Amino acid sequence: MSVFRNVVFVAAIAGLLAGIVLACLQAYATVPLILKAEVYEQAGGGHEHPAPAAPAADAGAATTAMSTPAPAAAAPAEEEGWAPADGAERFSFNVVSNIVTGIGFALILVAFSEFAGGIGNWRQGVFWGLAGFAVFTLAPGLGLPPELPAMPAADLLPRQIWWVATVVATAIGLALIAFRRSLPLTILAVALIVAPHIVGAPQPASYDTPIPEGLHHQFVVAVTITNLVFWLVLGAVVGIVRGRFTGQASNLRDSFA
Amino acid sequence: MNTATISLGASTSSQSRFLQLALAGLLGIFIVGFTGFSHIEAVHNAAHDARHSMAFPCH
Repeated sequence: MSVFRNVVFVAAIAGLLAGIVLACLQAYATVPLILKAEVYEQAGGGHEHPAPAAPAADAGAATTAMSTPAPAAAAPAEEEGWAPADGAERFSFNVVSNIVTGIGFALILVAFSEFAGGIGNWRQGVFWGLAGFAVFTLAPGLGLPPELPAMPAADLLPRQIWWVATVVATAIGLALIAFRRSLPLTILAVALIVAPHIVGAPQPASYDTPIPEGLHHQFVVAVTITNLVFWLVLGAVVGIVRGRFTGQASNLRDSFA
Repeated sequence: MNTATISLGASTSSQSRFLQLALAGLLGIFIVGFTGFSHIEAVHNAAHDARHSMAFPCH
């Protein structure tokens, strides 16, 4: 299991570093906007999720899985289930979430890049990071822009399905363009990348929202830029750590850099 | 039969290498699915700001 162990090791270091960087960027760029949006949300009548169809499935999952002791009954006021207290606790949970998610993305990035020969140095890592950004932030973000709390949205499950489908289609498309040098496959790749946007992301029934347009726009820009930096750092660190590990730089079959 | 000689984890057979890479990728997908997509209320609330800031479908 040496390959698995090495992939996990490289991904853990890269995910840890990139996750910490992302959490720091979020503390200045995105979280203040989320807190502002929550003020509008409270003014508009408590922290209730706008989609009324979802809770039925949610409650079932929550009670059978474990989590909160008394999901619905214990929360008469506004908050449902356990949530970290505002301030330091909320910040620490955000840092941990970013690191865990960062390690998850790093595992995906390292595993897939190894199939293509591996990320040989930090510069190739930056290109792989750009691809990750395009696949996981840019493509799904076109149809489902980053949301603030209290923004109108379609039911959660269809949006999650569209998100995953778009990520998979874009990843396959980019891989076909990068690693198969044939015109028909490249045309197929473009079709794959375009298809989810022709189908279209699930849309809310109504676009009414208490959130000002300017605040949302600021948030979309902040999310996109912070995630770009996250992916570039992630790719570059994978390149550096992996290079140290193998002692062999640039043995990529299809070199970009 | 060793095609994967100078990549991570030198000299494993290509079949075992494929399996281990697929396993690592699946682990990553599982982790991202848990933090970004789990419908469990406590997980959602703990990762709330990160979910919004990474543009996962939320709420």
